[in-house]
Amino acid sequence: MGKARSAGARGKAPGAPAGARGGRTRPNPNPFEVKVNRQKFQILGRKTRHDVGLPGVSRARALQKRTQTLLKEYKERDKSNVFKDKRFGEYSSDISPEEKMLKRFALEQQRQHEKKSIYNLNEDEELTHYGQSLADIEKHNDIVDSDSDSEDRGALSAELTAAHFGGGDGLLYKKTSQQQGEEGEKPKSRKELIEELIAKSKQEKRERQAQREDALELTEKLDQDWKEIQALLAHKTPKPEGRGGKEKPQPDAYDMMVRELGFEMKAQPSNRMKTKEELAEEAQARLRRLEAERLRRMLGKDEDERTKNPKHVSADDLSDGFILDKDDRRVLSYKDGKMNVEEELGGEASASESAEEEEEGSGEEGDPEESDGPDGHSDLESDVGSEDGGERAEEDACLVPGDIAIADDGGAREAARTELPYTLAGMVSLFHGFPPGTGVSLIARRQQFCRPRVLLRSPESYEELKSLLSGKSVEEQLLVVERIQKCSHPSLAVGNKAKLEVRSKLFGFLLEYIGDLATEDPPGLGIIDKLVVHLYNLCQMFPDSASDSMKFVLRDAMHEMEATVESTGRAAFPGLDVLIYLKIVGMLFPTSDFRHPVVTPALLCMSQLLTKCPVLSLRDVLKGLFVCCVFLDYVSLSQRFIPELVNFLLGILYTATPKKQSQGYTLVHPFRALGRNSELLVVSDKEDMATWQRRRLSLHWAAGPKAQTKTEANHTRLSCLAVCLALVERCVRVYGALPSFHDIVRPLRALLTEHLADSSRPRELQELGQSALTEMESHARLCRPLVCEKSKPVPLKLFTPRLVRVLEFGRKQGSSKEEQERKRLIHKHKREFRGAVREIRRDNQFLARMQLSEITERDAERKRKVKQLFNSLATQEGEWKALKRKKFKK
Amino acid sequence: MTAPGAGRDVSSAPATTSVARRRRAAVLIFPAWGGGMSGNPARGARRALGRLVEAVLASRGEANAVFDILAVLQSEDQEEVQEAVRACSRLFGALLARGELFVGQLPSEEMVMAGSQGATRKYKVWMRHRYHSCCNSLGELLAHPSFQVKELALSTLMKFVQLEGEHPLEKPKWEGNYLFPRQLFKLVVEGLLSSEEDRSLLLSQFREYLEHDDIRYHTMQAAADTVARVTDGRPEVHLIFWNNAFTLLSSVSLPRQEGDLSSFYVKHVELSDKWKVVHLKEHRKAFQLMWLGFLKHQLPLRICKKVLVIIHDAILPYLAQPSLMIDFLTRAYDIGGAISLLALNGLFILIHKHNLEYPDFYRKLYGLLDPSVFHVKYRARFFHLADLFLSSSHLPAYLVAAFAKRLARLALTAPPEALLMVLPFICNLLRRHPACRVLMHRPRGPELDADPYDPGEEDPAQSRALESSLWELQALQRHYHPEVSKAASVINQALSVPEVSIAPLLELTAFEIFEQDLKKGPESVPLEFIPAQGLLGRQDDLCAQHFTLS
Repeated sequence: MGKARSAGARGKAPGAPAGARGGRTRPNPNPFEVKVNRQKFQILGRKTRHDVGLPGVSRARALQKRTQTLLKEYKERDKSNVFKDKRFGEYSSDISPEEKMLKRFALEQQRQHEKKSIYNLNEDEELTHYGQSLADIEKHNDIVDSDSDSEDRGALSAELTAAHFGGGDGLLYKKTSQQQGEEGEKPKSRKELIEELIAKSKQEKRERQAQREDALELTEKLDQDWKEIQALLAHKTPKPEGRGGKEKPQPDAYDMMVRELGFEMKAQPSNRMKTKEELAEEAQARLRRLEAERLRRMLGKDEDERTKNPKHVSADDLSDGFILDKDDRRVLSYKDGKMNVEEELGGEASASESAEEEEEGSGEEGDPEESDGPDGHSDLESDVGSEDGGERAEEDACLVPGDIAIADDGGAREAARTELPYTLAGMVSLFHGFPPGTGVSLIARRQQFCRPRVLLRSPESYEELKSLLSGKSVEEQLLVVERIQKCSHPSLAVGNKAKLEVRSKLFGFLLEYIGDLATEDPPGLGIIDKLVVHLYNLCQMFPDSASDSMKFVLRDAMHEMEATVESTGRAAFPGLDVLIYLKIVGMLFPTSDFRHPVVTPALLCMSQLLTKCPVLSLRDVLKGLFVCCVFLDYVSLSQRFIPELVNFLLGILYTATPKKQSQGYTLVHPFRALGRNSELLVVSDKEDMATWQRRRLSLHWAAGPKAQTKTEANHTRLSCLAVCLALVERCVRVYGALPSFHDIVRPLRALLTEHLADSSRPRELQELGQSALTEMESHARLCRPLVCEKSKPVPLKLFTPRLVRVLEFGRKQGSSKEEQERKRLIHKHKREFRGAVREIRRDNQFLARMQLSEITERDAERKRKVKQLFNSLATQEGEWKALKRKKFKK
Repeated sequence: MTAPGAGRDVSSAPATTSVARRRRAAVLIFPAWGGGMSGNPARGARRALGRLVEAVLASRGEANAVFDILAVLQSEDQEEVQEAVRACSRLFGALLARGELFVGQLPSEEMVMAGSQGATRKYKVWMRHRYHSCCNSLGELLAHPSFQVKELALSTLMKFVQLEGEHPLEKPKWEGNYLFPRQLFKLVVEGLLSSEEDRSLLLSQFREYLEHDDIRYHTMQAAADTVARVTDGRPEVHLIFWNNAFTLLSSVSLPRQEGDLSSFYVKHVELSDKWKVVHLKEHRKAFQLMWLGFLKHQLPLRICKKVLVIIHDAILPYLAQPSLMIDFLTRAYDIGGAISLLALNGLFILIHKHNLEYPDFYRKLYGLLDPSVFHVKYRARFFHLADLFLSSSHLPAYLVAAFAKRLARLALTAPPEALLMVLPFICNLLRRHPACRVLMHRPRGPELDADPYDPGEEDPAQSRALESSLWELQALQRHYHPEVSKAASVINQALSVPEVSIAPLLELTAFEIFEQDLKKGPESVPLEFIPAQGLLGRQDDLCAQHFTLS
């Protein structure tokens, strides 16, 4: 303690070692008290914290602290009374003394105030603002005075500041020098200057006040004047407004005319009619574009691109646009690679050819329809059929009057009668459906008006559609569907979502109707055949809803099959409706796409049909072959490989083989080598074989339970076999280019040779088999060893440095953030723990020392007292002895 | 109603055991039910039987009433039978607990009756005989058409087993001898293992007794005996018996760890260390005996399949000597088809854990691969195991190449769901064995006329697979399903290093793929631009060529 104080008492000495720390000035200690921790090496960047220590000082500080706290406690250990200092903020050092006093004052005030206010109702405490009574301020609150004050409240003038707060000598001098320039040589003392300044400012102030008063007077006067006038104005106010409106000049007829003319739509130059060649060219261009798109989808390039989109950018990239990347090269290889180009060109050519053929075909087919139809309107229909767009349909809708009349005259009178109520309802709903004021609705209304009565609202439920169609002849049904379709063209309901939705459902209903027709007995295949065209048109109008309802139908079929497969391990071939749905999918959607939301599931569905459904009867064979045909039609453009199909054909061929040697092939799941159905297609009757003529298989029979005579059955068997052989040939032709073609067809070949060995077959069949076999043989066996594409060379190590977070020296490295944090905390805890232990030990030492000193003090006191006693006793004794001696002497 | 034996001398009363008496008893009881309580015969029966039971229990003089009770056991009416079973249970339960049944080797009835022993002894022997016949008829009741009766009979028999275990009917040969009513219990097990009808429901009831260690132990012994007795000398045993036996055997499950086997059905004051029942080792021995005894017979294929399905985790781990199973497994493995696939699992465990040397394992596995492998029910399991077998990196390259090549060949006939699994499988093989990568990458190789791989060869070493290439996968790149095509296109590039886990693909079904396809796909739906003309399509379409609508 004493040391520290003495150290503090000593004067400062610059450059003392203690001063090095933190730049804080410190009393220079006794050099003998300074302990220097010598460093062996200077390390750059390391912070040294304990290079110099002052053990004496710190010890003294610790001691002082203990005497203030621990010792106090120790001394008061047995006392129950405690002295408490409740003064506000007495021991807190963060409040400055002024604040402290203020707070205390406030507290005091509060205390007094509270006590008084209980009884003092009308206390007169004055509220102030900047020392001024608020009551005073309120009295002239609207005085303009405040305005003027605000003018120069923000920024004090330079002069003022300069004058008030000294320091601005320069400014003053400048001023004086200017003034000197104005007034001539008249040196003024500083005092004079200031006085002058004061006088000036006073004058200014006075002037300002005067001005303000004038302004005030003026405004008051104005106010008074206004009040006088206001009384006069009060009655007249409404009048001028009304008169103002009337005063607008009545628009002249001429003006109106001019304006109308100005606003009227000008006749715009229309496009000239295109010549036939141009039209054909356009159509061809469109076809070509569509075909190119189809090819692109078939190759699945979109998907690749989509997945490759996020490109890596190298750190070495100079971002000069030069990309040595795969994309670029792929395009190049695309040009170089012969296969690609050839295929594409060939495909395109053939496609366009086929499209042309298509067109011709449609034209041809259009003619007979024309003759079939009741009147000449059918060419329009066929137009609609061949065009995908909606414009034609709309045109059609506008042209309707004659059309309808024809319809009424024609055989559909009954239909028209039943349609009438729907018509009215449809019109009303149409009226209500359109929001008034939109251009579209106007057009639609106009169309509505020029339309005659027969107008069909698109049905809102399947039952409705069914009730419309049931019990009518094929032609009538077709007519009704066509009408509905025309009325439900999306362009008629632009901007009306609810309407559109209702209309887009039509596809689903029609599909359901077709399913019902197919399951009927006998199936209404003729109507379906015609309805397909309408389905196609509807699909073009509402692709989304069409795909949705198609998916729904497929899912239904698959679920049914899944349920039976799960319970029994197999499933029966489904009804004709599923087969027809599958066929329809192939007509509505491009089957050659790499991935298509509807076609891919349909493919899977067919694969399931071919693998999970055992062939138990001739009907199953027929259905299976139909599925095969559909399957092959699907892949006719893309030429994709279907293992299940080959298996199925193998199985069918097997069931048609009478004497089995079973070598070189194995049957797969739905077929079994032995069993009831292993000779399902074997025909042994010679006569039937002789009378057989190749005919197309009847789908009609596949659905109905119509029995066949034995001869018929045999004929069907042979026809099935013929179809099967034809399909095999087709497969061989399609898959001939596949790399392991011969492994794929090996079992087929083995069976075919067995077949050919049996010479009792009709000649046509023999020929079919023979041609398939020769086709198989004709494909070259070329096995080129596989070689991977050259992968991009692994780039050299880049020069971008590997960035590692630089950690502070001494920290544990190479661990995660959490781990580091944990370690830090453990370390801290250890340190703190040690520190606490040390402190406690020191406290104990301190206390022991204190106790010892107490004891020694007490002992010394006792000793002193004893000594004193002895002393007094000795003196007493001495006195007594002296007395005694005296007595003896006496 | 009066008990027929009322007022008679105790010693002479039990001597009459004629069938006529029984009949009379039944006749005596029935009219009372018919007349007095026509509304509820069951309740009447219960009362009457209850009175009889109490009479018998109260005095030995009424002992002849036992005949009446036993006679009702043969009744036609299901409810009456149930009441009678309950009455028997009560009666003999009380007698067993009281110790009023003869203890020791049971002498024949006539001998005792004729002899001049004390009346008490005569009574006890006579009662023991009644107890015996009661147990027999309860055993017959296990074949009763009504399930309630069966269940009741079973629980009553098990109750007797428990009581008899606690109050043994034989004298222990030495101090601390372990006694268990083996005869009675065997009766129960034989009743369960019927050859006439499927007892799976009753067996599932019995399963709860199998939780007790002693019951389990004796069940194993009794079952082994029964199986041996039933099959003894008979070549053809009915499928129902095998089914019952399998159900019982498969419901026996031993504890995994050597804990103290202390949950006993028959309560003992203290367990002696000398008893066999207390040691798991003995349990294992019994378990092994039981299964081996069962499996050595010519089992029907269905049972065989069932055994193979559970063998790897319900049988093999508990056997004292698992390698004894090798006979059964090799036999099963040679059967072929799905059974072979299933036997693989057990064999693998033996090879892997018990050092079994099995020559030509891989050759046989190779032989198992045929086109049907993708269509069988156990496809997932088979490929899981095959993956396991082929996971070793120490296999020779020719073997792996042969497997890869054969799988690729088979893939040419597989449905898409199997293809999605088998294509990554093949690629994994190639990844594991870099030496086999020549199958997909052979630069500067000679152009060949035909595939050098010989699919007919049974020995993978001779199949020349390493000289071939995976052209099959190249063909499958043209597969109609986009995912398959993608999976097959992997071989166009150098294979990535990490293997693709096939575990999630094993159970894939076509329906799942179908659902996935429905869900994904581009948002916009491309449409066909060539307009449709009719259901059968255009002229050159196959459908139009081969089908007509008429």
